Amino acid sequence: MSTAVPTTRGSRFTGAAANYIDERTSISGLVKELGRKIFPDHWSFMLGEVALYSFVTILLSGTFLTFFFQPSMATVTYEGSYIPLKGIDMSAAYQSALDISFDIRGGLLFRQIHHWAALLFIAAIGLHMVRIYFTGAFRKPREINWVIGFVLFILALAEGFTGYSLPDDLLSGNGLRIIDGLIKGLPIVGTWISYLLFGGEFPGNDIVARLFSLHILLLPAILVAALGVHLLLMVINKHTQFAGPGRTNENVVGVPILPVFAAKAGGFFFVVFGIIVLIAAFFTINPIWVYGPYDPSPVSAGTQPDWYIGFADGALRLMPPGLEFVWLNHTWSFNIIIPVVVLGLFIVTVAIYPFVEAWITGDKREHHIAERPRNAPTRTAIGAAGVTFYCVLWAAAGSDLISTHFMLTIEGVTHTLQALVFVGPFVAYHLAKRIALGLQKKDREIALHGFESGRIVRLPGGEYVEIHEQLSEYERWRLVSFVDYKPLMLRPDSRGRISFAQRMRAGLSRWFFEDRISPISRTQIEESDHH
Amino acid sequence: MAHDDDGGTNAAAGSAIEKSEPPQASPGTAIVASDAIANPGLPPHRPRVTDLDPKKQKQAARRVSTLFLLSIVGSVFAIVAYIVFPIRPGVPSSIRLNTMFLGIGIALGLVSIGIGAIYWAKNLMSGEEMVESRHLTRGTVETRSRAVEIFQQANEESGFGRRTLIRNSLIGALVATPLPAIVLFRDLAPAANPVTLLEETMWKKGTRLTQDPFGTPIKAADVTLGSVFHVIPEGLDQVSDKLEEKAKSAVLLMRLLPQDLHPQPDRESWAYDGIVAYSKICTHVGCPVALYEQQTHHLLCPCHQSTFDVTNQCAVIFGPAKRPLPQLPITVDSEGYLIAQSGFHEPVGPSFWERS
Ligand code: FES
Repeated sequence: MSTAVPTTRGSRFTGAAANYIDERTSISGLVKELGRKIFPDHWSFMLGEVALYSFVTILLSGTFLTFFFQPSMATVTYEGSYIPLKGIDMSAAYQSALDISFDIRGGLLFRQIHHWAALLFIAAIGLHMVRIYFTGAFRKPREINWVIGFVLFILALAEGFTGYSLPDDLLSGNGLRIIDGLIKGLPIVGTWISYLLFGGEFPGNDIVARLFSLHILLLPAILVAALGVHLLLMVINKHTQFAGPGRTNENVVGVPILPVFAAKAGGFFFVVFGIIVLIAAFFTINPIWVYGPYDPSPVSAGTQPDWYIGFADGALRLMPPGLEFVWLNHTWSFNIIIPVVVLGLFIVTVAIYPFVEAWITGDKREHHIAERPRNAPTRTAIGAAGVTFYCVLWAAAGSDLISTHFMLTIEGVTHTLQALVFVGPFVAYHLAKRIALGLQKKDREIALHGFESGRIVRLPGGEYVEIHEQLSEYERWRLVSFVDYKPLMLRPDSRGRISFAQRMRAGLSRWFFEDRISPISRTQIEESDHH
Repeated sequence: MAHDDDGGTNAAAGSAIEKSEPPQASPGTAIVASDAIANPGLPPHRPRVTDLDPKKQKQAARRVSTLFLLSIVGSVFAIVAYIVFPIRPGVPSSIRLNTMFLGIGIALGLVSIGIGAIYWAKNLMSGEEMVESRHLTRGTVETRSRAVEIFQQANEESGFGRRTLIRNSLIGALVATPLPAIVLFRDLAPAANPVTLLEETMWKKGTRLTQDPFGTPIKAADVTLGSVFHVIPEGLDQVSDKLEEKAKSAVLLMRLLPQDLHPQPDRESWAYDGIVAYSKICTHVGCPVALYEQQTHHLLCPCHQSTFDVTNQCAVIFGPAKRPLPQLPITVDSEGYLIAQSGFHEPVGPSFWERS
């Protein structure tokens, strides 16, 4: 490695150390490959980074917590330093969570770091997915990485829920009870799954220890593995970039890993970690001592699960009454089956969306330019509908809070939300599509005729006109470079037939690309310049 | 495709990618415009103030090192705070101070490194954008054909494709090995049948109704009009699986005017002088139905807002639950304490498949 002759002592040492390592690991090859790899820059690319860094924060703070937490449901009598609960029976898990909060210096801080980081982790993944979706960054060659990212999201939710349940407080126990009831409502296997999961009847003595194994061993192991593949594929595929002058589908424009990207990303890690610590230092999260130990009898109104569980809870709440039947001597709980199936379908649709769009367009080329959402109006509209659907379910999880807060009846709020689940996505779809097309038209106008400068001049004839300022060619490029698709034409195959799949594809293609605005051509620009 | 030749557009951007080897991928229904506007290429680089002004550069460098020094201060502060702000048992404010100052120190230590590094990168490291060309993700033609060759060779040398008996028996063996794992999961729960467990509670003929959580028996005379009692069966404290039993046996006790109750003929004797007892476990997914509205005689489940009408045998009037809350038939014993006439006549709590 040391080709140049080192002069100072420091550089001699660095050279010798590098040589020592390289002779044993051949690491110089890796540095050569990756050291000057280029990363494009855009604020929205940081969402994935936030997720990654909050995950590291979770790992670090969680490890600290495992040194003190006891995942046991054995009954103990509390004798710790939180006076209101003195002498009360509780599980060892809850007791150790109290001890972490009240008897260990920094314990409460780390519990709060862990919890805040977990909330941020899931939120960042969600926003990262939304960003990828709306910019079409899931297109070839990144479809597989979309699916891996999706798996990461599901794992993060599972991590969140298992972790939430560990302290065995009143709220988390009640959350588990809802899960138990939900599982019991599933046809055929429900009763047995619940029985095996809880090691007998709810709540049993096993669930905390079992969730603990999942939470700190199995799920993180899978998560870390999937995360590794996710990042590896990102390096192999190279990051997408937004359209801009000099940026093409065949290049990456940005900063090299060493030193600029490493400094920025590394610095950003410390910023994210630090901000989480700061939030944890000032804002209480999940004050389990207020809730008390788990007891199947009491519950207080207005208690909420962590935000990411909301959409599922909301789906349960929106079921109209009476959806349960006895048929063939068995109970069919459609008030549970329907939300489970609908949410399942929703999630699966998210996972397979890239393949569906690829099939509709038939486009087999690689796409490395992140699209502006307006330039894919139908995709953007579908996304808006999906986000609206999710948000309505999420709002439904707070239906009681909405009604007490705004002095409305719970029936009124629920019925409104039930209607919104259907109407909301529909409206959002059309609105988003109109807006996207409108923005595209405006872009086109500006690219052709420039933008209004706000300067009014009086012509010799006495009329007033506003001066239009032309864009520079760099600015213009941002507006005119995008991929345009036309609806698929149905053509009979070699045997003169049109298959059902072809028909369907053509139908979807028409739906996607019927309303479209083409990018401006060179001729059009030249024509408008002559005016 | 006639218009595949978009090389002209891209060449203008100065990217050189060898397009010779793999076949052009189909653009599908994408329109490949022959007349597209050319990419103008990277705009000229604009230097930053720190590139032009050595004084500004020095100032920036000072700022970066100040931030790093500040980080050291923060970390030391955290250590000091750990010692100076101990937790004093029974003093809640000491926990707040410990959490706050420890957190501020650690956060300062972290954030200053972060801001310092980012500031350094933005103002002092080379600000010029660099270009790297992409290649198709797929391997080159040679790599791919070599990979195929290797698989073929391996197949030939092992006979994996040829020796079908070996191959199929191996597949069978691999499918069979994980099967024991399935039976291993049976003992996650004890040998009993969950269905029978779900059907029984602690309530039986003569069990006294007692108050949650202390287990004091309830005299019928103490249940005044409009009041509600949270009830557990007598002796709950003595059983070993207390929480499991409580999760099934919790009951709500209310007194209404006898004429407000509208029992079916076969349930007329289940109430005692306007006092009724209903399971507290929601028939939706099992939350405790904890909220009683005195005026309307409605019971509300806080989890998903199922509402039960006590005057009408706790039938569901709103929300996702379907079945009424099961009623516990009650009466009084010779000393005037409320007791159960029998157990519940149906399983309590959420529905399950085997329930009919
Ligand atoms: S558990 Fe009572 S309404 Fe869902």
